[in-house]
Amino acid sequence: MNKRVFEEIKVAEFGGFAAGPGVGKMMADFGAEVVRVESFARPDGFRSHYPPYTDNEPGLNRSGCFAIHNNNKYDITLNLKTEGALEAAKKVIAWADVVIENFTPGTMSRLGLGYETLSKDKPDLIMLGSCNQGQTGPHAEHPGFGSHLTSLSGFTHLTGYPDAPPVILYGPYIDYIGVGYGMIAIAAALDYRRRTGKGQYIDLAQYEGGLQFVAPVLLDYLINGRITSRMGNRNPYAAPHGAYPCLGEDRWCVISVFSDEEWQQLIKTMGYPHWAKESRFATLLGRKENEDELDSLIGQWTSGFTAEQLMERLQAVGVRAAVVNNMKDIYTDPQLKHRHIWRELEHVEMGRFNYQAPAFNLSETPAEIDRPSPCIGEHNHFFFTRILGYSEEEYKTMLEQKVIA
Amino acid sequence: MSTNIEEKGLLTSFRVLDLSNERGFLCGKILGDLGADVIKIEKPGGDPARNIGPFFEDKPDPEKSLYWFAYNNNKRGITLNLETESGRDIFCRLVKTADFLIESFSPGYMESLGLGYERISRVNPQLVMTSITPFGQTGPYSQYKASDLEIMAMSGLMSLLGYPDRPPVRVTVPQSYMWTGMQAASGTLLAHYYRGRTGKGQHVDVSAQASILCALAHAPTFWDVNEVLTVREGPIMSGRSVKGAKMRCIFPCKDGFINFIVYGGPAGITTNKALTEWMDSEGMATEYLKNKDWDSFDIATVTQEEIDQIEGPTAEFLKTKTKKEFFEEAIKRRMLGYPVTTAEEILADPQLYARDYWQKVAHPELDQEITYPGGFGKFSLSPCRIWRRAPLIGEHNEEIYGELGLNGNDLLMLKQAGII
Repeated sequence: MNKRVFEEIKVAEFGGFAAGPGVGKMMADFGAEVVRVESFARPDGFRSHYPPYTDNEPGLNRSGCFAIHNNNKYDITLNLKTEGALEAAKKVIAWADVVIENFTPGTMSRLGLGYETLSKDKPDLIMLGSCNQGQTGPHAEHPGFGSHLTSLSGFTHLTGYPDAPPVILYGPYIDYIGVGYGMIAIAAALDYRRRTGKGQYIDLAQYEGGLQFVAPVLLDYLINGRITSRMGNRNPYAAPHGAYPCLGEDRWCVISVFSDEEWQQLIKTMGYPHWAKESRFATLLGRKENEDELDSLIGQWTSGFTAEQLMERLQAVGVRAAVVNNMKDIYTDPQLKHRHIWRELEHVEMGRFNYQAPAFNLSETPAEIDRPSPCIGEHNHFFFTRILGYSEEEYKTMLEQKVIA
Repeated sequence: MSTNIEEKGLLTSFRVLDLSNERGFLCGKILGDLGADVIKIEKPGGDPARNIGPFFEDKPDPEKSLYWFAYNNNKRGITLNLETESGRDIFCRLVKTADFLIESFSPGYMESLGLGYERISRVNPQLVMTSITPFGQTGPYSQYKASDLEIMAMSGLMSLLGYPDRPPVRVTVPQSYMWTGMQAASGTLLAHYYRGRTGKGQHVDVSAQASILCALAHAPTFWDVNEVLTVREGPIMSGRSVKGAKMRCIFPCKDGFINFIVYGGPAGITTNKALTEWMDSEGMATEYLKNKDWDSFDIATVTQEEIDQIEGPTAEFLKTKTKKEFFEEAIKRRMLGYPVTTAEEILADPQLYARDYWQKVAHPELDQEITYPGGFGKFSLSPCRIWRRAPLIGEHNEEIYGELGLNGNDLLMLKQAGII
């Protein structure tokens, strides 16, 4: 059997919510030993105030939101405001190859855990500081969540209909861009360390990562002075291009047509309705000009079928079409099933839970998801005594002194 | 932090062959940001994605696509016809010099050319080959065609975006290609790290559909945990309280919209106190807000009545502010919340200038410097940045084929034969 990608790599994770833990989760999926450092005084916000909770009953170990970001990790609790905890945290870091943190900038330094301090004893340490706006600059220390930052970065303005206020992108959309770039940054830094022995600090602003995703809009403004705004589902060079109603409650199918040949295939599948033969729909220019009417006519046709039927029939003739999967569908989608995206594991308080596998398959070193998200402090004893080598007595003292708390 | 910055990227010694279309551009660009030598291989005449707008000065021209500029900088460019035996022979010679290969053809196409992973890995066993497709290399939907719209639909994200009485929407600027390119770069670098430790290459199979699942955040878990279906609610977010309260996230202001959400937890409580104080200073805080015991405020069990009591006066107050006023006060008062910005406002944000985010890149053939978003992160040992502008069609044919030992006459011949 092959080694795992991150076999023997150890990760200490400080912070919470999505942006830091998401990176640690991916490393754990690929074999890193990852420890979450929390405390009962300040548990991860996803545990303390983020539903869903199993059976709708709040509880630190019952949050689906926490679970999905934290499989295959150890969890320990250190009250970093106590004196002994700082020393213990430094021991955790001495054990680790990588530190991931996503506190508000300045927090780690105030705790005595800034990179300059840590790297003195450990020059090969890799540390990722992931935050909203970066570790430097006038807005660095402004606290923030991805849900808001998604708006500051232009995404919200670009989502919704032109005749109505923008809509939200559901959650902390931009946090996950930060997770992706964070993983990339750590993998590159680990590779560099392997070749040179040098560790380094990575200052990752989710804002700056997020703007990569809207770069053409920024260039369009800079060069052409154009402010791009939301256009519903419209595409400047395709028609039809939208979501159409289907049989069933709130069921939708998207269809996009990029060429006249695809248009011919679409109307053939529709059985050549009389309106489709009209020349004003025959060309892209004509379809764009009459797009509202086109959308409504296509919607009348799609309403007679299920979204799945339409997808199959249109795809069979080379027309792009797809079911708008809802949050139930994604658990049964045959393609996601084929990729083994959902990994069901038993959690001690939540019962069975579907953990999420990565978007890519590595042919030689697949992701392995085999331990559920930890309960808070679940590995205190194991981690301090077995991994860090504290004696039973020392461990007891830390409990008594509320260092582990 | 180390002051010993080297003027080389972390991946400077590695070479990438990039055969991808718009679905994969970002993957190669990211490796390029980190200093890799990325060679974009286009078909003779140029990549069709050069026709994607917007365009420099609105002139549709394959050498003026801003989309191309944005996602193919940090790459050198050559043209090569892989559908000819001679083209494939040259390609295999390039593969021997490369560490990475990125492609985004339909599953089976590379195999049909005799360039599938099995074959390619015999040419270069250490190669990391990354294949980017809408749904993955195998499986029931692997042959389905998809543009951004279909990928966004199948990922589930569209079902969460839009108004309940209107169809679900995508983000107006294609996002699935970005997610996919980023996840592909991540998988590629994981395989690279493994190769460094073991000497073994491998095949990275990236699904665009799966690449977006993480952006659903915790929405799926409502179904998984309690069989509650999370759906699109426009500017409203539900699911934040076990008592079913819904929170507004988008508030109209004087000149647009502000993203503000009643939050709990330490940051939310600080925000609620600060906002009440700010409103009170302008005589707009209600008695309810002033008397509220914020320290015991628990968002996870809040009721709709409480939320309405908070949001009502908040909405009235935010209407009296401009986006800029809100932004400045939010920073000053350490409140959560940001304006809903456009490109113009992003370009005016002092934070990004203070961090030297924007980067000017010369485009001599356009007689202009273009400002770009710079690197995606700051590394203490090495720059992550734009090193070169996107290539013109076949711009580096001589340079790169020259490195392979082909001379000017060879290139003339290959050009006329339609191979390069």
